[in-house]
Amino acid sequence: MEDKVKEFLDESVDVLIIGAGHAGCEAALATARLGLKTIMLTLSLDAIAMMPCNPNIGGTAKGHLVREIDALGGEMGLNIDKTMIQCKMLNRSKGPAVHSLRAQADKKAYHAEMKKVVENQKNLRLIQAEATKIELKDDGSFKVYTKLGSYYRAKVVIVTTGTYLKGRIYMGELNYSSGPDGLAPANELSDSLMDLGIELRKFKTGSPARIHSDSLNYEKMAIQHGDDEIIPFSFMNDEINIEQVPCYITYTTNETHEIIRENLDRSPMYSGVIKSIGPRYCPSLEDKVVKFADKDRHQLFVEPEGRYTKEMYIQGMSTSLPYEVQIKMYRSMIGFENAEIMRPAYAIEYDCIDPTQLKRSLELISIKNLFFAGQINGSSGYEEAAAQGLIAGINAYLSLNNKEAFVLDRSEAYIGVLIDDLVTKGTDEPYRMMTSRAEYRLILRQDNADERLTEKGYQIGLVTEERYKRFKDKKSRIDNEIDRLKNISITPKEETNNILDELGSAPLKFPTNLYDLLKRPELNYENTVALDQDRPVLRKETKDYVETVIKYEGYINKQFKQVEQFKKLENKKIPSHINYDEVGSLRIEARQALNRIRPDSIGQASRIAGVSPADINVLLIYLMTNKK
Amino acid sequence: MFDDTIAAVATFPGNAGINIIRISGNNALKIAHEVFLDKNKQKKKTFKNRYLHYGYIVDKDKKIIDEVLISYMKAPNTYTKEDVVEINCHGGIISSKKILETVLYHGCRPAERGEFTKRAFLNGRIDLAQAEAVIDIINSKTDYSHEISLNHLEGRLSKQINSVIDEIMDLLANIEVNIDFPEYDEDEITIEKVQELCNKLLPELNKLIKTADTGKILKEGIKTVILGKPNVGKSSLMNFLLNENRAIVTEIPGTTRDTIEEFVNIKGVPLRIIDTAGIRETDDKVEKIGVEKALEKVKEADLVIMVFDSSKELEKEDEQILDYIKNKKVIYIRNKTDLENKLDLSSYKKIEKQVINVSILQNLGLERIIEKIEELFFQGHLNVGDEPIINNVRHKNLLINAKNSLEEVLKSIDNNMTIDFLEIDLKDTVEQLGLIIGRSISDDLIDKIFDEFCIGK
Repeated sequence: MEDKVKEFLDESVDVLIIGAGHAGCEAALATARLGLKTIMLTLSLDAIAMMPCNPNIGGTAKGHLVREIDALGGEMGLNIDKTMIQCKMLNRSKGPAVHSLRAQADKKAYHAEMKKVVENQKNLRLIQAEATKIELKDDGSFKVYTKLGSYYRAKVVIVTTGTYLKGRIYMGELNYSSGPDGLAPANELSDSLMDLGIELRKFKTGSPARIHSDSLNYEKMAIQHGDDEIIPFSFMNDEINIEQVPCYITYTTNETHEIIRENLDRSPMYSGVIKSIGPRYCPSLEDKVVKFADKDRHQLFVEPEGRYTKEMYIQGMSTSLPYEVQIKMYRSMIGFENAEIMRPAYAIEYDCIDPTQLKRSLELISIKNLFFAGQINGSSGYEEAAAQGLIAGINAYLSLNNKEAFVLDRSEAYIGVLIDDLVTKGTDEPYRMMTSRAEYRLILRQDNADERLTEKGYQIGLVTEERYKRFKDKKSRIDNEIDRLKNISITPKEETNNILDELGSAPLKFPTNLYDLLKRPELNYENTVALDQDRPVLRKETKDYVETVIKYEGYINKQFKQVEQFKKLENKKIPSHINYDEVGSLRIEARQALNRIRPDSIGQASRIAGVSPADINVLLIYLMTNKK
Repeated sequence: MFDDTIAAVATFPGNAGINIIRISGNNALKIAHEVFLDKNKQKKKTFKNRYLHYGYIVDKDKKIIDEVLISYMKAPNTYTKEDVVEINCHGGIISSKKILETVLYHGCRPAERGEFTKRAFLNGRIDLAQAEAVIDIINSKTDYSHEISLNHLEGRLSKQINSVIDEIMDLLANIEVNIDFPEYDEDEITIEKVQELCNKLLPELNKLIKTADTGKILKEGIKTVILGKPNVGKSSLMNFLLNENRAIVTEIPGTTRDTIEEFVNIKGVPLRIIDTAGIRETDDKVEKIGVEKALEKVKEADLVIMVFDSSKELEKEDEQILDYIKNKKVIYIRNKTDLENKLDLSSYKKIEKQVINVSILQNLGLERIIEKIEELFFQGHLNVGDEPIINNVRHKNLLINAKNSLEEVLKSIDNNMTIDFLEIDLKDTVEQLGLIIGRSISDDLIDKIFDEFCIGK
């Protein structure tokens, strides 16, 4: 029998963070950097900023998130810049709004570098201990207990527990209690959260197998190289020079699909053992084969887990089939004939909260100074987690200083879209950021994240003087160049028209300036140098930015007009003390939804499921007549 | 659901044999128990759902107001999705008014105009286009307009709009997949495909927008002005069209000194006919005002019927009128063909070709006038059977917005814009169309991406 562990007060701090993943690290760095005494608890110091699934940072929309985190003074962009082994700008053939950076990370290096940063952060203490209970004291502060018997007093608690809460791994008939990637689960904290009145639910996700690189036949696969010139994630870096490692593309075969069909009854998702909902953008191969039965092959990507490991991550091949079937299944794929599985694929089920219980500051509506960030909120992905961690950290600081919460809206950042979606609409599956979720993506570009956010980060105090100066310098370089182009007048001289003719552009009839001339589809910044004798030497980044602003000015302005409309409703604030039961003629469904979500603006209210345009009108009238 | 219960006399005020008082809301059943006595003059213990019960309505002093049939329809399978009680009482104003007062006394408030329908919409029983159709049915002045609105109520307009939205959404979902999952080997949507779809959908939208003119006419009637010199038979023509002697017809030129407006439905073609004073140079003050008014009416008219007198030569006044109406839709009529023809139209070849010869007196050739109206306004046939017709200004404006956005897409293609730019206006197109029927697209799109494409790690 186990004796009861003696409890003792270890330390009292401003902020206690439970979990040291991507959300926890950003939250802890933010509060510590803002001068708050912070403790970060983790189940294992070896799992700080761990990447238990895919070995990438960024990708469509996620790359935008990383840039926004960086622009606000977060760490993720700097850390991936230090540890990437391949990098690509995705969607280059499409417009500037959807260009997205994606890097292959060296997982071990990523963890080690982030660990170094948090270890060296002033005001931040790291402790390897499992949090078991959060207790709310009468004075509004918290006591957080650990398995070791130690407890901590904190004014603010930020819960960033990822997929560890009551984690359970599934592989065919086998299932057992576990955190991700073989790490220990956290089985006690869930109950404590429920005791605090927080609603929990189960989500599911999966991870594919890792295969020994030497057992794969890359000659049968298509090789994928990184970009020749790497564009860094962080606005603090100008260039990255590394030797890049390739990835590979290959396919499943009919045999693969046969094996899956024959063994479907052994997949816990199909046999009904796992009842929770998995993400639709990350279907298991079973899902793909059943749902898209007419596809005769599925694409998969072979990606290195690091520079110094033979483990290869097989993106597109997550499964919950038994290990025995997995071996056959993987070996049936092209180039995988002799594949050696090093870590089998698995599905994992875990507890998370319904994020509609949160405010847009990520503070719980019902308990002041208790914040949640990351996968516990029903999101998925390292970048989504980090973004929430940063915002939770900032708002923990603002809350302790009795300042208004820092909320980014949907027209200001992908981070704003992410959090607004989570807390306003909620989610039925692990939520992944996508560009299609953003209404104003022409404004929310990855190349202007600093312009959108660095000033705000500076006001908060997270952006260093060095970063702020860099930003100001970049901005003035851009503004100067735009002004200069507007002042270069181009007259319809024969010489000019000859140059235009050579570029396949119609001759000028009236004088214009180079800025307007550049709007012609066939002209660009580079090919007009002959019309611009005194052109200064500029960095590629600046030239690209200037060109984007000029070429797409009409579209960008149109979007700004839409944003104006959007802001009108966002700026109609709803007082936090409003009693919806007093608002006559609201429908019951709308009343319940409003009482639950507690939106802080009419704009947010209008995005709640169950609140109709008529209810919004009722609300507007109520607010107008009750203004005091 | 709403908290309060509403009631109104649901039938048209007038001398009908029966009136219906409708009550909708949580209190409806309670009120029925309060006001109704069965044939034995006893309170009823239960009202069976969807049954007619015979009995009496009593006022607050238990005095019988009327002998009625009452029905109770339980939520949510009712017009408003709320509890509904309907009382069929005797016609006339007194009985229905007293019953309504009693009902209101027992805990409900008078319904505003169209409020039952508003509730049906807000409670999710009908979509926006359908709700508007109900209002249009109530307001429609002609059989055809009524029919269009009925057809919207059945959701035919919604169906067509939805099918356009779906086509664009298919394309959008594919574009989004290309953007959000660029490394997957899903089909890339090409600019040509977008162009193809725009070129296919634009005529469809244009066709719908065009029907708006027909819709407006059917709803409001064709504003028709009858013009001509004095005593050419304008009022006789109007009387023929009205089938009764409403305007004064005499042999003295200048009898019709003001304009007379009548609404008439000829074989389903709604005409709002304005008879005018005959136009001639005159010193008579009253008549002068009449002439000015006539010319003013011409400005707003959808149709002018110009009447010539066959028995008289072409005069200056005729030429003045012809000059005045040269930009209008005109039907030319040569009246009094029973008399000797002195009218020479050879200097107006065009008019000579299309003039309709009639004798209103002898009832000759008049059918042709109706045919001509159909030709001019309904491309020869008036058929509102299957194709939706727009008869609502809000719908028309949204359709025009949608069309403009689609044209923007084509403009962007001309400017060599990449596919993600085209998508901005494509999204706007579906947003606009969605507003017609109250469909929101943002979440639809995400669902579509995952339902139709095999993507993800």
